[in-house]
Amino acid sequence: MTIEHTDTAAHDVAPPIAKVQSPLRRFASEFFESWIARVALFMLLTIIVLALAAPWITPQNPYDLAQVDVMDGRLAPGAEAFAGYTMWLGSDGAGRDLYSAILYGLRISLAVGVASGVIALVIGSLIGLFAAYAGGRTETIIMRLVDLQLSFPAALTALIMVAILGKGIDKIIIALVLVQWAYYARTVRGSALVERRKEYIEAATCLGLSHGRIVMRHIMPNCLAPLIVVGTVQTAHAIALEATLSFLGVGLPQTEPSLGVLIANGYEYMLSGRYWISVFPGVALLLTIVSINLVGDRLRDVLNPRLSK
Amino acid sequence: MTPTLEVSGLHTHFFTRAGVVKAVDGVDFAIQPGEVMGLVGESGSGKSITGFSIIGLIDDPGRIVSGSIKLKGEELVGAPEDRMRSLRGNRIAMIFQDPMMTLNPVLRVDTQMVEAIRAHRKVSKREALAQCRDTLGMVGIPAPEERLRAYPHQLSGGMRQRVAIAIAFLNEPDVIIADEPTTALDVTIQSQIIFEAQKLCKRTGTSLIWITHDLAVVAGIADDINVMYAGRIVEAGGIDAVIDTPLHPYTVGLLGSVPTSNRRGERLTQIPGMPPNVLNLPEGCTFRERCPRASAECHVEPTIQQPRPGQRVRCFHPHLDEVTV
Amino acid sequence: MTAPILEVRNASKRFSKSLDFAAKLARRMGANVSEETVHAVDGVDLAIMPGEVVGLVGESGCGKSTLGRMVAGIMPPSDGSIIFEGVDIAGMDGAEARKAALEVQMIFQDPFASLNPRMRVEQIIGEAPLFHGIVSRAELSDYVDDIMRRTGLDPTLKRRYPHQFSGGQRQRIGIARALAVKPRFLVCDEAIAALDVSIQAQVINLFVDLREELDLTYLFISHDLSVVEHISDRVVIMYLGRVVESAPIADIFDAPNHPYTVALLNEAPRLDQRRRVFEPVKGEIPSPIDPPPGCHFHPRCPHAHARCSAERPVLREIAPGRLSACHLND
Repeated sequence: MTIEHTDTAAHDVAPPIAKVQSPLRRFASEFFESWIARVALFMLLTIIVLALAAPWITPQNPYDLAQVDVMDGRLAPGAEAFAGYTMWLGSDGAGRDLYSAILYGLRISLAVGVASGVIALVIGSLIGLFAAYAGGRTETIIMRLVDLQLSFPAALTALIMVAILGKGIDKIIIALVLVQWAYYARTVRGSALVERRKEYIEAATCLGLSHGRIVMRHIMPNCLAPLIVVGTVQTAHAIALEATLSFLGVGLPQTEPSLGVLIANGYEYMLSGRYWISVFPGVALLLTIVSINLVGDRLRDVLNPRLSK
Repeated sequence: MTPTLEVSGLHTHFFTRAGVVKAVDGVDFAIQPGEVMGLVGESGSGKSITGFSIIGLIDDPGRIVSGSIKLKGEELVGAPEDRMRSLRGNRIAMIFQDPMMTLNPVLRVDTQMVEAIRAHRKVSKREALAQCRDTLGMVGIPAPEERLRAYPHQLSGGMRQRVAIAIAFLNEPDVIIADEPTTALDVTIQSQIIFEAQKLCKRTGTSLIWITHDLAVVAGIADDINVMYAGRIVEAGGIDAVIDTPLHPYTVGLLGSVPTSNRRGERLTQIPGMPPNVLNLPEGCTFRERCPRASAECHVEPTIQQPRPGQRVRCFHPHLDEVTV
Repeated sequence: MTAPILEVRNASKRFSKSLDFAAKLARRMGANVSEETVHAVDGVDLAIMPGEVVGLVGESGCGKSTLGRMVAGIMPPSDGSIIFEGVDIAGMDGAEARKAALEVQMIFQDPFASLNPRMRVEQIIGEAPLFHGIVSRAELSDYVDDIMRRTGLDPTLKRRYPHQFSGGQRQRIGIARALAVKPRFLVCDEAIAALDVSIQAQVINLFVDLREELDLTYLFISHDLSVVEHISDRVVIMYLGRVVESAPIADIFDAPNHPYTVALLNEAPRLDQRRRVFEPVKGEIPSPIDPPPGCHFHPRCPHAHARCSAERPVLREIAPGRLSACHLND
């Protein structure tokens, strides 16, 4: 083609689009409009930073048996440990400093939640996209399987899976992925069905692009918004579920205490007045889950096109 | 004769976070009883907001900043909400592009129509029903008895719009504002609806404001025409005068943009550029940036002139003698 | 005589809504549910010559968009064939199909839904030519610039996203995307219906210019007769899935043959007819799920007689270059 063009082209070449906010900017400014969202996000980031920095800001490594002294067991908040530091949150039955144990426990809880969330998101989205694009009988079979999965109580499914697979962090993640993939599959399939009917997908078909390209480059990126919302909520859900399993004694081993294990450990001391062993890990778990959920709620409000003006 | 409706110096602005949107920024017109007035403009010209201002349905963050709207001499700007409610649906009615703006999806047609009558007049249910039936018949609905018992979703798009029109005409109002009522409909259905609306106006003496972007439709039904651009009326007058000898460069451009039989295959006249950003209107004449006749003078807002009887224009350089279209 | 560039032979498209389990159960228990089949396109024949602009006109439910999509290769016909340059597109597979598919491109109605909101303009325009190897990655940037200029877009804006453009500009992006794969045939489906009047004129002029410059053939689908009249050489009128009339542009406006064409012409509002008394054709457009027997138009036709409700009129030549499907011509 040549460079010359007709005089039609001379018009509206200089559009008066003065200042259009980038989508990300607009999204951020809307997100931060709510003070609850600001507080929740701040809290969540603090929790994540504390968890990541645990080895450098805690007096004790609770996994290292050489640093744990049984003589320090069941000390009240503020007591001094044998090694000389103050246990601001007290210690548990095995003599672990609760402040250290909670931060290390958060690491495990967050890691399990995020890892299982990301794996379930990838697997679930691929399955959902495939179902939406394939249509017909394939779609029906996949979606009935999703329904079946979702009709079982999540905790029950996870319990059965862990009972079969055994203990350990990898087994827990596998169990959580199995519980969660169906949520992602259903979400992605729903929005993929909407996107698939839009004219830009017809245009891509008309341009002779391959199926894989249409699914991954055109449909998938437009399904991201609901996926992010489900992803945050499901991560909180996974953390709670892991805590439940650990509390029931089928989750993580005693030597690598997650928040659920810590709560379970303190449970027997509750009636003897040593509340801190259960309550402090419980509060940490609560704050984590609530802040993730609040952030997720706000994301849903901002990303939902029906609520935006 | 007092006009049915007299709008003067109307300014309706929206105070948004991004700035003040001057959606309506200087609108004047008057309609006589039984007259059909076409209000023409492109998207964002403020033609719909003018309609909403008249019927008193401007919601936050919008506000009528100044001006007056007089219905048979009664001032509506600043009238208490009670008074507006008793006028709406009674003396002023509105028809929307989407009839579901008027119709409640969970109520039967008869319930809605009877309610519309009894909200404003003390009549028995039976009398009201009889009147509903008659009005449905008048807007060309076959078997009105049956349609009365239907829910809106059981009717086709054209049927729904007819029901919405029937509801607007139920109380024989002084003025009806029709906002793009046929834009979503097919040609044959559009002409049926225009036909019924024309007939009813003639019969009841109702004045009609027909808001549309379609010049050809306005040419077919209106007596008078007002052309809006970026919140202002730029040209007004009798339909023949404005279409045959337009004065404002925007009207000239708009008419040139309409494909018609006598210029088959030729290039259409096009107005360069696009309508200005409502948040950031140019100073002076809002059309000057797209106008082939613009001069330094146009940086000041032009006043309304009347170079020919019965035809007003807001422009310093109107097309006075040329045969343009 | 040259061969047509595109030929539609007895093409039909049916959409069936098959019953699901609950509906089957309900039917077994005596409920009045049945499988619904929409005959969107019902045995259409059409031939388009190279360089010709054919306007396809009809009201909602007449199947014009479905026909357009079959021609553009987006939907396969249920029956019949679509022949592009002597090759049946409907029955093809693989590389040949892809090549033919590229030669026929489509411009869509909705300038907001027809562009992927997550891609930049340069990706939207450049994706397909790169994918098909029409240009190399090194040449892509210049190639996209050139097409943008040709369609009246400023190439410096190519890093922007679609939502940063106005409706008219977005429609130009859609046109640029189609032109990027060097098509010879464009299907324009209500391509200007969603635009403002003054912007419509700009886009119509662009279509006219591109046709001359690139030697394109158009199938221009619209509900608006005046637009079709302006740019077409020939008009095809459809009603409820069938072609009722086809004629050169001048003939159809001067001497319409089919009663439906007459009604459409009478009722389309025109600038030169003021304060007219509208004389509408009666009745509604019937549902394509259950169309009337015989001639689909007979319940609304002022000239209908007994034969019209019994026998489907055949589309046949009534004068050189003019086709009509009406029993009144016998």
